[in-house]
Amino acid sequence: MIRSIREGRQRFFDRNIALLMILPAIIIVTVLIVVPMVYSFYLSLTNLNLLHPSRARFIGFKNYLKLLEDPIFWRSLMNTVIFMGVAVNVEFFLGLILAQLIFKVTRGQSTVRTAIMAPMMFAPVLVGFQFKWFFNDQVGLVNNLIYFFTGEYHLIPWLINYPLNLFALLAAEIWMSTPFMVIILLAGLVSLPVEPFEAAAVDGASSWQQFRYITLPLIGPFTYIAMVIRSLDLGRAYDLVRIMTAGGPANRSEMIWTYTFRLAITDNKFGMGTAMSFVTVVLSFAFVIYLFRQLAKSRQEVY
Amino acid sequence: MSPSYVKRVSARKKHWQQGLYNVIVYVIVLIFFLPVIWIILTSMRPEVEVNARPPIFLPQKLVFDSFIHLFGAGHAEKSVPFYNYLGNSLFASLLSTALALTIGTLSGYSFARFRFKGSNSTFIGMMLARSIPGIAVSLPLFILFARLGLLDKKMGLSLAYTAMNIPFTTWLMQGFFKDIPADLDEAAQIDGCSRWQSFTRIDLPLALPGLAASGIFAFLTSWNEFQIASVLTRTPASKTFPVGLYDFTQQFTVDWRGMCAMSVVMLVPAIVFVLLTQRQLVRGLTFGAFK
Repeated sequence: MIRSIREGRQRFFDRNIALLMILPAIIIVTVLIVVPMVYSFYLSLTNLNLLHPSRARFIGFKNYLKLLEDPIFWRSLMNTVIFMGVAVNVEFFLGLILAQLIFKVTRGQSTVRTAIMAPMMFAPVLVGFQFKWFFNDQVGLVNNLIYFFTGEYHLIPWLINYPLNLFALLAAEIWMSTPFMVIILLAGLVSLPVEPFEAAAVDGASSWQQFRYITLPLIGPFTYIAMVIRSLDLGRAYDLVRIMTAGGPANRSEMIWTYTFRLAITDNKFGMGTAMSFVTVVLSFAFVIYLFRQLAKSRQEVY
Repeated sequence: MSPSYVKRVSARKKHWQQGLYNVIVYVIVLIFFLPVIWIILTSMRPEVEVNARPPIFLPQKLVFDSFIHLFGAGHAEKSVPFYNYLGNSLFASLLSTALALTIGTLSGYSFARFRFKGSNSTFIGMMLARSIPGIAVSLPLFILFARLGLLDKKMGLSLAYTAMNIPFTTWLMQGFFKDIPADLDEAAQIDGCSRWQSFTRIDLPLALPGLAASGIFAFLTSWNEFQIASVLTRTPASKTFPVGLYDFTQQFTVDWRGMCAMSVVMLVPAIVFVLLTQRQLVRGLTFGAFK
């Protein structure tokens, strides 16, 4: 009797094992991410202000309409697009060049690989603080090095003037994330078959031709995987911007993430902040889905 | 590491040419490495050298004032509650890693081995959850945690980190389990193992390297996390290292040397883990998407 109950229980467990094993993950993600995000969407339809929480009222989509009319919103969006666009492309090309260079190193290649991973050990916050210091106009290393090499001291306001602060942010972001590209593309280069290269060499193809017509197409899937993970980490750049410029001065280096924080926490306009956060979430989703499609497509082309 | 054709080509090349090439690449890579050296040197140089103009590249002598100050040894004038931050960082990182690893391994296995109604869309949903920026999740959590009394508590922070880590752990473990042939499971089940037993006795031991890699990822993600912590923590009762770095900035001055010292402390677990598990790390980064 007892035995058959136990067996019955065993059978129930075995039959539903797929669901039972996923259940804890679903519960936690639902309780701590999905439910809060739904709640956040509700908040974005109110005029909740943290200074006067009791005065919160339901105001429909007014926050979103207000954002559309807000010039700083558009500026933050434009800055983000420029920042991400330049960063991802520069990181990819630098990463490809470095991966190709390291791939052909004959001695100490594993040491070189470890050394290039150094920036990946840094928390983005650390990178932010360090580069804030390097680019400081008074005591920063960059201005100091310019003085060291030219003998003239200029107070270049790296973090204050508009295109300059975007450049400083990009320098930090590129230093931080290029090694990631290098590692993934190196893994790609190592996995490529040898035969096409040998055949091309026999046919007299130059090394540029081999790179352009064999390496680049074959490495496609790796490129997209690198891009997908980078875009999953989209918000990581928030840490950098928040620390180096905090979106300032006067919103000149504002990005969508820093503007979210400014609206909700600094300005206490929680309703507006959550509306802004939904715009960032929708944009992130669109980007991720687009890249996943590209990834699937590039895989079909190769195999 | 390099395939045979590279070796053959380079053998034909003149020896010194390849040597020169190697050295050039070393120098380029060193440029990427320089900020690390600079930070470590700064944490150990005398105060007057930190912002000297022109820059002093190699310290005249090594001093450890900044570390002594940070650890509060000798004199009590400690500006930063270092041990609080250390405790909070360790608590939140270790607890969330343990939870996310357990839960993510189970769900990763399920996604790798079983097909059921809605498994694909559940998986995609998880990946989308991963792509929500931390700042977006932290805003509603701020209000909810305030009501539940979890605001400014390391327990609340750990829960948030667990939820943020589960999707990526699931993704990684799913890749590692897919690499283990399903034939092994079937053989075990023919020999009388239940599905659960074939998971614990066959697949789990084989996936240990993957488990280690996923654990390190989860730990470092939490250890370095800033967005959520900057919203959910307020006092030394729950502040972690990344938020604590702000303590070195005053209105007009920044204690760059002290900050470098704490940065070095923050770097230690990352360096140890990366050196210990380089191979799995690369596998993990590419999350088993290819071999």
